[in-house]
Amino acid sequence: MSVLSLREVTYTYPGASAPAIADVTLEIGPGELVVLAGGSGSGKSTLLRAANGLVPHFHGGVFAGRATVAGMDTRDHGPGALAARVGTLFQDPETQVVMGTVRAELALPLENQGEAPAAVARAIEEAALALGIAHLLDRPTAELSGGELQRVALGAALAGRPQLILLDEPTSQLDPVAGDELIALLRRLNEDFDAAIVIAEHRLERCLGFADRAIAMRGGRVVCDAAPAGFLAWACEAAPELATPGGRLLSGLGLAPVAGVKAARSTLRARDLLPDTDPFVAGAAGRRERKPHRRAEEPALELDRVWHEIDRGPAILRGVSLQIAPGERVALMGRNGAGKSTLLRHAAGLMRPTRGKVRSSGRVALLLQNPTDYLVHERVGQEASPGALATVGLGDPELADRHPRDLSGGEKQRLALAIVLDGAGEPTYKNAVVCLDEPTRGMDRGRKDELAALLRELDAAVLVATHDPEFVATFAGRVVLLGEGTAIADGTPAEILAGGTYFATETARILGGAGGALVAEQGVAIVSGSPGSAGSVASAAATAEVRA
Amino acid sequence: MSYRRRASPLHAARAGVGCAYCAALALATLLLSAPVALGAVVVSIAGAAVGARVLREMRRAALLALPLGLLVMAVNMLVAQGGLTVIARLGNLPVFGQTDITLEATVYGAVLGLRAIALVLCGALYTAAVDPDEVLVLFRRFSFHSALTATLATRMVPVLARDARRLAEAQRCRPGPPPSRARLMRATTSGVLDRALDVAAALEVRGYGAARRPARGWRMRRPWSRHDLAFGAAAVAIVGLAVVARVANLLPFQSDPSLHAPVGAGGAAVAAAILICALLPFADRRGIER
Repeated sequence: MSVLSLREVTYTYPGASAPAIADVTLEIGPGELVVLAGGSGSGKSTLLRAANGLVPHFHGGVFAGRATVAGMDTRDHGPGALAARVGTLFQDPETQVVMGTVRAELALPLENQGEAPAAVARAIEEAALALGIAHLLDRPTAELSGGELQRVALGAALAGRPQLILLDEPTSQLDPVAGDELIALLRRLNEDFDAAIVIAEHRLERCLGFADRAIAMRGGRVVCDAAPAGFLAWACEAAPELATPGGRLLSGLGLAPVAGVKAARSTLRARDLLPDTDPFVAGAAGRRERKPHRRAEEPALELDRVWHEIDRGPAILRGVSLQIAPGERVALMGRNGAGKSTLLRHAAGLMRPTRGKVRSSGRVALLLQNPTDYLVHERVGQEASPGALATVGLGDPELADRHPRDLSGGEKQRLALAIVLDGAGEPTYKNAVVCLDEPTRGMDRGRKDELAALLRELDAAVLVATHDPEFVATFAGRVVLLGEGTAIADGTPAEILAGGTYFATETARILGGAGGALVAEQGVAIVSGSPGSAGSVASAAATAEVRA
Repeated sequence: MSYRRRASPLHAARAGVGCAYCAALALATLLLSAPVALGAVVVSIAGAAVGARVLREMRRAALLALPLGLLVMAVNMLVAQGGLTVIARLGNLPVFGQTDITLEATVYGAVLGLRAIALVLCGALYTAAVDPDEVLVLFRRFSFHSALTATLATRMVPVLARDARRLAEAQRCRPGPPPSRARLMRATTSGVLDRALDVAAALEVRGYGAARRPARGWRMRRPWSRHDLAFGAAAVAIVGLAVVARVANLLPFQSDPSLHAPVGAGGAAVAAAILICALLPFADRRGIER
């Protein structure tokens, strides 16, 4: 018997003119790990909410068809009754952890089910051990990091040993390390608990490698339901925005795409196409000692030995010096706590350095992580001038009359960008500096590409703090790596992003950093031009323009 | 200010006992009005804060309570016209009329202010040292949904504070004049409602909507620790001492027409006993870490 069965399910949110999901039929068996793919607004979240009973019981609206979870019909059983069979994890860890301590949080769903105290205590211990959060049990939830909170929320979803676990972009609000840890944890839980897992995720390269199946959605309909390799073959043909970089690389070489770095390397190795280089040697070969950029022209932004020391606390920035030329596109990378966001705040004047100086030739516009925070008016046209709106692609007069909160996620971000850019020298913004803090968090690939294109079109200097190497490879001309509050590396994307693991793109990881290839198309050029030889790979690297 | 588990005897005691201990101190504050007794209670609370390692949180609460105490005292000085010892004649003031400040009204106002401060500090001690989740478990038998709402409100305070800081930062990034307060309020409210919707959905999928009243004996029986016994006994003793002192009038206090607050041997013994009872449980520091 299937754990989840949807039969011709169509659902329309209250007040919506079109259904969010339409005619969806699928079955998910016990222990299956299914990845749900699709762009923003494709119906992934709605499908998950139909599976846990929030649709229609919590949201209202019009529901047709039949959804059964472990034999329970969701029309007859609400999310409360289904909670014993289905565990759900949402995007934002802050709003799904409701209790004061981790122990109480794990106990809540079991107590709601009226479990006996011994069963509650045992389930808490088991969930805590399985998730590696036993040491957090008595910690206040208010003190936990985002990754820890998300683990606790997952523990609460798992504590009742559900047969089905639904995860709606669980890593979108986490940094990459916490996100990777969570995905690895899910993989282990799927094996240990034998629960079926359905995970909606944008960064498919993270989880496709160990999925049993991938389901793609578009416009509320299921457009592909296949094993990962079959899904990738379909995506490379019909939906390139859903194909992983590794899939595109193999497809570009005329090979059948496979999921995961290891499988892709094996495929290339079997055909003697894998560049015969040591990844670390390749990375080092592509690197050269580089001094911080110093240009003859006046920099658009200059940080001169900037320190930020917290009173009775640590130093977040430790003498950072950085010059950004007009029109230069710089990515600021580094692990959490490295000082990226603090540096951007200093650049924009939100913070004052305790030592050192910040100078800029024009306006420094800062776009923080949540674009909704910028929106305070009733109409899009009131938020920014027509010139600024046109620059970010929101010049359509019909859009000007819409409520800013009704825009899509990508449109909201562009509107927020128009707000901070307003009056900074339209239409070219030549002297402006645009700073963005983690702009791709929770974005699908289509939106990331749109943003990269928009940033490339601006004449302004651009400084983006991000953890996303794939995005960096598409827009940046320079990467500055921060560590412990200092710039520890400064170079081209190929120099910084190839040859490593954490800061590397999937293409670079598959090719071991050969030739400094960062995106699939560069990888195809290098591999097809010079298979099997380190020397020829190096010569290909010399000819390949690897800067984005 | 929020609860954080620390290695202290009060934190190691069960929530019911912690509640009782704080309530006993509050009750003593309400039952006794002699300055020496109130002083003993305030010193007890301060000592408990040190023993529970929540002095910093309590200092913050005291800074908020002090103006309240002074306000109570000032209002009483102006409003209460009893007492024979006039220390200042303010003449005919608007609203208050003919106003004389008397020593007795001033002292009584100070006592009321001290009582207000002591009550605030009792509440602060409870907030900092008693686990709210355990309290929720205690009260869920009576009204689970109300208790959970209270816990949730406490949990959401830091989240919303972070939201507010984020919003303020975003507004500072906007060029030109800042938006009006009304617009900001509307934007903030929208954000809070979004948060509320997310939290409600999370509660639903945790089974909140189908939550059942737990059966009797729902809680796992936890053996009484030395700290449970010590603080429980302290709470009973403090309430007992306060009641005895009140009934036997061991600590009389009168402020009208003249001040009368003699401290006899019995009264001094009661004040000292309250202090000792409140602080003695902190002496035993075995098994305080979890």
